[in-house]
Amino acid sequence: MSGDHHHHDDHDHDHHHHGSVTHSHLPSDPALRVKAMETLLTQKGLVDPAALDALIDAYKNRIGPQNGAKVVARAWSDPAFRTALMADATKAIDAMGFTGLQGEHMVAVENTDETHNVVVCTLCSCYPWSVLGIPPVWYKSEAYRSRVVIDPRGVLREFGVDIPETKQVKVWDSTAEIRYLVIPQRPQGAEGFSEEQLAALVTRDSMVGTGLAKQPGA
Amino acid sequence: MNQPDALPDPEAPFAEPWHAQIFALTHRLAQSGHYTWPEWAARFARQRATSAASGADDGDATYYEDWLATFEQLLIDKKLADAQALAALKAAWTQAYIETPHGRPVLIKEPAN
Repeated sequence: MSGDHHHHDDHDHDHHHHGSVTHSHLPSDPALRVKAMETLLTQKGLVDPAALDALIDAYKNRIGPQNGAKVVARAWSDPAFRTALMADATKAIDAMGFTGLQGEHMVAVENTDETHNVVVCTLCSCYPWSVLGIPPVWYKSEAYRSRVVIDPRGVLREFGVDIPETKQVKVWDSTAEIRYLVIPQRPQGAEGFSEEQLAALVTRDSMVGTGLAKQPGA
Repeated sequence: MNQPDALPDPEAPFAEPWHAQIFALTHRLAQSGHYTWPEWAARFARQRATSAASGADDGDATYYEDWLATFEQLLIDKKLADAQALAALKAAWTQAYIETPHGRPVLIKEPAN
């Protein structure tokens, strides 16, 4: 497509008309509907606003891919933990203090020289919250959900991950009950790294399977 | 090798405050046993399929609108809320935002039950 240098200003200028009194900014329609729900459910004693705030705070500040990175780093450095994680990921991850919201069952799938694993939720957006937090926008998109099962190698290439034809690609479809965590391959050149140093190499995408662990020094 | 992640990292977990609020509301009510998480997920999946089939935009805004529509219907079906009360409270909040001078806390008058 060629660049269009004509200026059609239909969308370029938003004219904000301010009245003489500045009132509070009116939230969007969905935001007002959610406020109405929260008020009603609070009035009925079905939810406690403090508990809602605590949950939101946890997901904004404490629960995210940094948790999963610690799990992976421990699996890379501690063979007994790795064995326990592969045998019962729910229990092993719970023991690290990363507990799920709804008692969902966790399964760890390990990348090897023979197999690359990638995770999707084809129906909605089931995701290992306790270790990865809130899923990214692309994970929730219809484009990713429908295409990664049909053409995983093609989708992975779009993420910059080229899986050789000699390697098998396994796609894991998450459900409300079962959530998968990919254990990426430990990069070369990280021998002698502490768990903390190793965790810094583990990206969110590497634990979904749409990325690889970072190379040391990269 | 050494490709940057496809999306900027770190990302804000919630693009809008109401996304966080509805996420928390949905989880808290499931945790207190008003429905199971698989029940929620099955309803949400149906809503997502319907909106994809209708050609809705594939972005985060549609995702949370689908979440909101699913949750509203779930509240009504489970008799945890009724549509009339929700509409009255939404009107009360709208009025409060319009009437409250900028900088003051926005509060609603509790409607008489």
